Amino acid sequence: MILGLVEHADGRPERLSLEMLSLASRLGAAASEPVHAVLLGTGAREAAGQLTGRGIPVAHVVEDERLAAFAPVAWAATIAQLMSANAPAVVQAAGSDRGNEVMAHLAARTDLPLAANVTDVTLGEPLRLTRQRWAGSLLEDAVLDAPTKLLTVAPHAFAIEEPASGGSAPSVESFAPTLTDDDLRVAVARRLEPDRAGISLTDARVVVGGGRGVGSPEAFSELEELAALLGAAVGVSRVVTSSGWRPHSQQIGQTGLRIAPDLYIACGISGAIQHIVGAKAAKRILAINTDPDAPIMSVADYAVIGDLHQVVPAISAEIRRVTGR
Amino acid sequence: MNILVCIKRVPATGGRITLTPDGRDIDTRYLGFTVSPHEECAVEEAVRIVEAKGGSSTVLTLGPEVASEQLRDAMAIGIERAVLLETDGSDWDPLATAGAIVDAIQALEAEGGTFDLLLFGNEAADTGDFQVGIRVATALGRPCVTGIKAIEVADGQVVARREAAGGWEVFELPLPAVLAVKEGLNLPRYPSVPGRLRAKKKEIVRMTPQARPGGPRKERLRLPEGDESTVEVIGEGAAAAPAVVELLTRLGVIGR
Repeated sequence: MILGLVEHADGRPERLSLEMLSLASRLGAAASEPVHAVLLGTGAREAAGQLTGRGIPVAHVVEDERLAAFAPVAWAATIAQLMSANAPAVVQAAGSDRGNEVMAHLAARTDLPLAANVTDVTLGEPLRLTRQRWAGSLLEDAVLDAPTKLLTVAPHAFAIEEPASGGSAPSVESFAPTLTDDDLRVAVARRLEPDRAGISLTDARVVVGGGRGVGSPEAFSELEELAALLGAAVGVSRVVTSSGWRPHSQQIGQTGLRIAPDLYIACGISGAIQHIVGAKAAKRILAINTDPDAPIMSVADYAVIGDLHQVVPAISAEIRRVTGR
Repeated sequence: MNILVCIKRVPATGGRITLTPDGRDIDTRYLGFTVSPHEECAVEEAVRIVEAKGGSSTVLTLGPEVASEQLRDAMAIGIERAVLLETDGSDWDPLATAGAIVDAIQALEAEGGTFDLLLFGNEAADTGDFQVGIRVATALGRPCVTGIKAIEVADGQVVARREAAGGWEVFELPLPAVLAVKEGLNLPRYPSVPGRLRAKKKEIVRMTPQARPGGPRKERLRLPEGDESTVEVIGEGAAAAPAVVELLTRLGVIGR
């Protein structure tokens, strides 16, 4: 069996977990092994019901009030107990913040190796895999020799498969873990909600990005105007956050966020590899830059050569003219 | 507060990565070296906490002799002492790395007392294994949280925050504790000239780590294919605006 940890929010499976299941079902088919899902915490049962048609015969649902707040060690302890009971060949999660964290705890407590952010897997003894280094600027071919293979799946390495129409719903099985005080010692004590609701960078269909070429914190108003017209989120490169122009929460790249919009409009961004790895899952990239030889051009689909301070306001004005807004 | 910060020397890859002919390593002949931005923030945070609360700060790395350059960089901004777990410079897998760090922490703590806080970068810039801090914490039986972007220490506990779903998750951990931190935790200072001179004269504690590999085992490295695109220049300057709007319409970004 292949066991996949499915993260969920508001009763729905997370996008990165559905990508992870694409790899799980491929491995399951290759090895004639069933794919089981495990879902923990509030809303787990509801989210399990959303896995219909994904070829998952069983969803293990853990509804324990002690897990109402996220507790990474307790999650790992729960999965370790499911492992003992079911002896899966592979246990995998999304290469998300939580996925990587929980799988590392699972690996540490079971003393097994963990391959983080895999982009390809061939089952066998040993298992052969490809994984991301440098956040995906470089790939590593590696072997994993262990009784149970622990993996996290690189974000955006696998497309989400459409659920089969008329496919069956997983049979939901409740699982009650044995948790100690030590397992529950680390848990979210409270949540602070965002100051203002906006379009999240990781969910946005369009992202307007600004780099060194924006030149000052004030000049971001030009990018914000364009973003507002497009229903887009604003993101930035590392030089912008390390200059203190914008908060780090808007940084796209290796040490910031990975985005996957339909369109990324990169304004005044030269395109260091540390930035590009955060944006290369975008379907299309439009670069606006004074330098036609900037590295960003080697990954861009479209380009406007020019000063963003002239180009961006002109695009906003043209959108207003065309749409009558 | 006694704080230990673990860092890793990595090549400073700004542009294209080039590999050695055998495909096993990055060709670093023309590259400088640095540490991950996550770890720069960990170092800065340790200095700030000790400035505010007193105590001691130590920086540790596992790597070749030349990694003492990164240890001295950390001492130049105010870390007091440095420990080098000296290797031949080959890759150590995450189990071996964590095991060697645990051995070193136990030896250091036997002499100098418990570290109240162990700080790691969230993941190493090069190998990106996302697990060494957690493995060390588990082996030592200490609580650990990753992805941390804000730290407050008071009354025997640490309050640590990380970004999640647009807001923040807040954790309260008893000390001693382990935190894996991210860039954005603070804005690291630049070293001063006197700081650099002081760091140059300091002794580095050297230890010989024992390797207990556990995997995954690297076979080779390669560059991803298909990242390169053919760019279509659709215009120059403000005059390009109508062509851009036409493109946005064609892509379904406006007029939806």
